Amino acid sequence: MTATAAVTLTVPSHPKYLYVIRSALYPLVIDAGFSKKEAGKIILAVDEACSNVIKYAYEGDHSQIITLKATTEDGRCTIVIEDFGKQVDASRIAPRDLADVRPGGLGTHFMGTVFDRVEYDTSRERGTLLTLEKRKG
Amino acid sequence: MKIRGDVDMSTSPDVRGKIAEAFRQIDAGSKAVLIDLSQVRYMDSSGIATLVEAMQNCMKRSLRLRLVDLSPPVRDIFELARLSSVFEIYASLAEAEAGL
Repeated sequence: MTATAAVTLTVPSHPKYLYVIRSALYPLVIDAGFSKKEAGKIILAVDEACSNVIKYAYEGDHSQIITLKATTEDGRCTIVIEDFGKQVDASRIAPRDLADVRPGGLGTHFMGTVFDRVEYDTSRERGTLLTLEKRKG
Repeated sequence: MKIRGDVDMSTSPDVRGKIAEAFRQIDAGSKAVLIDLSQVRYMDSSGIATLVEAMQNCMKRSLRLRLVDLSPPVRDIFELARLSSVFEIYASLAEAEAGL
């Protein structure tokens, strides 16, 4: 049984803080027993989720905040990303066809491929809670 | 040209600018643009978008885009995005230059 560990971060909604998120998450995921390759994919998918928050929820407004809570327990890594921006219509989020090679639109594909659970909660008045969960293979 | 460090939403505009500059300096008669990715520590989908745009630019100018010596993080994202068959990828500069 792996001990519980957690990281909680609140960062400005500016792309330069994506590096901070990646750096904070990596040791947590590695300590939870994921391989370097798996950890790299998890970090990538979280980075994409946060980039989408900046682009779509905050529409490029860098003065907002993104809160991220990551926990690892019993071979499971759960990351909850919270924003207070424009809500997503989860029913309209779909990964694009990879055969259609064009710039953009890969983030959703990465999240869906890397994580076992991708769940959008828009039940609050503003913002979205995105839960990403990965069990160790 | 060589790209180094992290290529993410924060840095990809700079990388795009660097590639645009490389396009401006291409000599008449050039057949290809070679991009060395061996020193890229991290790449996200904005980096992929930058490379796809570079490929589209090359196609417009009848140039080849050849990617050289992909670092492990770049190989991983190419694998996730299933892009390995979309780009011309070479293990070394010598191999990429061969046949041009």
